Amino acid sequence: MSDPSAWINLAYLVAGALFIFGLKGLTHPKTARRGNMLGALGMLVAVIATLCKTEVVSFTLIIVGVLIGAGVGAFLARWVQMTAMPQMVALFNGLGGAASALVAGAELLKQSGKYAAKKAADADFAQSGMDFLGVDTAIAGAASGLIGALTLTGSFIAFSKLQEIWFKKPFKIKFHYAVNAGLILVAILLTVSLVLDPVGIGGNLSFWGIVVAAGALGVLLVVPIGGADMPVVIALLNSYSGLAAAATGFVLENSVLIISGSLVGASGVILTTIMCKAMNRSLFNVLFGVMAADGEGPSDDIYEGKVKWTSPEEVAMMFESAQRVVVVPGYGLAVAQAQHAVREMAQELERRGTEVEYGIHPVAGRMPGHMNVLLAEADVEYDKLKDLDQINPTFPETDVVLVIGANDVVNPLARTDPQSPIAGMPILDVDKARTVVVIKRSLSPGYAGIANPLFAMDNTLMLKADGKAAVVDIVTALKES
Amino acid sequence: MDFITGLTIFVLAVFVGFEIITKIPPTLHTPLMSGSNAISGIAVVGAVLAAGSENVTFAAVLGMIALILAMVNVVGGFLVTDRMLHMFRRKDGK
Repeated sequence: MSDPSAWINLAYLVAGALFIFGLKGLTHPKTARRGNMLGALGMLVAVIATLCKTEVVSFTLIIVGVLIGAGVGAFLARWVQMTAMPQMVALFNGLGGAASALVAGAELLKQSGKYAAKKAADADFAQSGMDFLGVDTAIAGAASGLIGALTLTGSFIAFSKLQEIWFKKPFKIKFHYAVNAGLILVAILLTVSLVLDPVGIGGNLSFWGIVVAAGALGVLLVVPIGGADMPVVIALLNSYSGLAAAATGFVLENSVLIISGSLVGASGVILTTIMCKAMNRSLFNVLFGVMAADGEGPSDDIYEGKVKWTSPEEVAMMFESAQRVVVVPGYGLAVAQAQHAVREMAQELERRGTEVEYGIHPVAGRMPGHMNVLLAEADVEYDKLKDLDQINPTFPETDVVLVIGANDVVNPLARTDPQSPIAGMPILDVDKARTVVVIKRSLSPGYAGIANPLFAMDNTLMLKADGKAAVVDIVTALKES
Repeated sequence: MDFITGLTIFVLAVFVGFEIITKIPPTLHTPLMSGSNAISGIAVVGAVLAAGSENVTFAAVLGMIALILAMVNVVGGFLVTDRMLHMFRRKDGK
């Protein structure tokens, strides 16, 4: 092992192992923080090892890049609000994808330079560009540019939607899917051109052509997707950013990029599958399907005369005699920033001996685990956050369920009406509890655009209010009694 | 490293990823996303290689831009994940 590159590769192996241990730490909240630190340590090892490579001779650009990037990253991480976490994850994701694509582009340029220099130095040098770079490397480069650029623009659109800057409402351009198909075709043709002449001007232009086409494709893929489908999109983009890194790993023939990229790719695929299952929809349906159009859902009057309204005081009275209360949060909780008020309410109830738990649907919110993070921010202990399978059997023994800003995930039509767009979607069976209180600003339908018979059930009471204001009023009423 | 070696590493790492990640509870899915996101910033390694070449070429400048983006991803990703995980606690305080 006198060869320094062997030591560097060994360090890459250590980094890869640290990433695996880091992810393993995330299997339990107790070890998760240490796991994340192991991951960061792995990254440090990988970077230091790379700095030791003989190819790295000039450090000016590296220092500038590291300082700017680390500074911006640290600033964003400190400044971001917990409620803005979905868009922050989307943003970071996009930057990672872009970095992978740029690295592949830079490597292609570098190899082109080497090839040209060799040709100039040796008149007998007859190797073709295709043999010089290799078909596999050229294809990996094309894949890296394609997936990386798509991740960048797709993530930016997702960011913009979540931050409510542009494209808040899903929309489509004329011949949307035909244009998508056209862009894919262009990318394939450019890949062929890249493979045939990888280290010439044509090859390099083809690469950047792929980047542009994939960038446009990323925009068009995400623009028509609505807010409630965002968990799927974010998980999918997460997987893409990993695959882009892995593809770049093939271009650079670098093991640590391949290992990390494939770990992240696998993670994103699993999350995407979980999210799709939680909505009983296929990935194809999420990406290309149509949910109900805006404003065409049923109006309020179908509930006319069937809905019973309640007040915060009445809810407080019900809570006083309750033994067990389950809170079911949805995206409305995040919008109303009601997590701290909910925690205060739970504490007041627990002080009186009432058991309080939280039932969390996998797609509640705008990204996987969104509700859990919000409630953890409000100091709710994580062992009280229950998923579908844990909480559903307990509803018949629950006195009061408080639904805050959730709709489709508690709609019993998913169980009863096979014609419904949400048929077969696993839901929280809140209707089986003795009493259900739904805090909602109106009776308008949820994302699926369908009425919710839960609102008109005998054991359901509606509380028309902003999520946070309602919970604050309940706490006040509880304390006064 | 030839293509088949790379592919072998890729496939085996995907299997390891699947095995570990299916065991992560839904409560930690957001930290998993932001943490794995930070790991996907591993392109930082490639960016260092490109930015550190002998002469300041166009490729080296591309490398520096990639390095900035990847560093935002890595540093921001790990820090924000740590901030989130810090909030996950149990009744007894920790």
